[in-house]
Amino acid sequence: MSNLFNIDIVNPEQSFLSKDNVFEVVIPAVEGEIGILKDHIPIISFLKPGIIRVFSESEEQNFYVEDGIVEFKDNTLSVLTSSIFDLKDADKNFVSESITSAEAELSKDNIDDQKRFLLNHKVEVLKSIGIN
Amino acid sequence: MPSLDDLRKRITSVKSTQKITKAMKMVAAAKLRKAQENAEKGRPYSEKMNNVILNLSKSITDKENAPKLLVGTGEEKVHLCIVLTADRGLCGGFNTNIIKKAKSYFEKIISENKTLKIITVGSKGYDQLKRQYKSYIVENISFKESKNINYFDADKVGKIIIEKFEKNEFDVCAIFYNKFKNVITQIPQEQQIVPLNEDKNDKDDSSNDNDYEFEPDEDEILSNLLPKNISTQIFKAMLENSASEQGSRMTAMDNATRNAGELVDRLTIEYNRSRQAAITKELIEIISGAESL
Repeated sequence: MSNLFNIDIVNPEQSFLSKDNVFEVVIPAVEGEIGILKDHIPIISFLKPGIIRVFSESEEQNFYVEDGIVEFKDNTLSVLTSSIFDLKDADKNFVSESITSAEAELSKDNIDDQKRFLLNHKVEVLKSIGIN
Repeated sequence: MPSLDDLRKRITSVKSTQKITKAMKMVAAAKLRKAQENAEKGRPYSEKMNNVILNLSKSITDKENAPKLLVGTGEEKVHLCIVLTADRGLCGGFNTNIIKKAKSYFEKIISENKTLKIITVGSKGYDQLKRQYKSYIVENISFKESKNINYFDADKVGKIIIEKFEKNEFDVCAIFYNKFKNVITQIPQEQQIVPLNEDKNDKDDSSNDNDYEFEPDEDEILSNLLPKNISTQIFKAMLENSASEQGSRMTAMDNATRNAGELVDRLTIEYNRSRQAAITKELIEIISGAESL
């Protein structure tokens, strides 16, 4: 029996990625990373900045996302996000710009704890991309 | 009776107008293909978003505490209307149709003694509405600078709406745009986005038996999702609008080219006739002159 399922990543402009041969996807959900395998129960959650890892039979793909919603149902994982890029084509300038703007945002006084947490997390993830 | 020279001038001028309309038609046709493609590409996102929200709203049992963006403020006093139009003219009835639709809605609101607020997106809409509804227009946004429609712009509009909602500046929000059906037909649409209209989606109850696991809980996801949905709806409307605009312009310019062709034909016949008449007249003069000798 196959243990594969479908993944659809869409952003507002277009369908970003659509595959039907993945066996595991790790998503950075708000309350921690979730690994999804076939026949996971239906779930809806949203994302924090992080890396989506898609494992298919032949390869592993990594995508950076800033936010989004995931829905898993009938062995199809839908990821809706407005900001996503493949780590392979990560633009160094864009990453460093994002880090600077996030840090600038962090230095403001009027942000609440949750936002501070998300921004800190974002900076962390972006920096880890820079190292790779 | 215009002289031969006048006729010749008119023919040339109509011909050069025809050249322009023809070129505009070609450009619109090329742009239309792209806009249509974009509109189609953007559909899965908004559809999926709708599905998720639908599933979520079904699982919310406590309607009292549900997010206000979903169920409304409980009042219907202040209506905010977002009128999405093009930034350019010469596209047939495209802008006028949206405005017409919006105006009939405005009149209804005003006659019911409710407060009306208007945000126009696109300069043509502002131009047409400012004459009659100047005092109601609270904001006027135009994306003339951005070449393509992008989500970033839609998000800006979405944020303005959310901000106004949080300040309790309106109760009901509706958007007006043209839905792209095909090149010849664009349907002006009125769509309520706050509070979300659920009843029209009642038919796909089949997904009801799906019990989702939510992380974090439904309320939090919903309150995170609804603002995004507004931006998404605006974005969808903008995409539909741009496809409609190009389609409408193409049809309008096609008609204009054809009309110019007809006009040229008519003028040419008139030109030839009067030229022939002049020649005949001269011949008669010569012949009768020769006879009298």
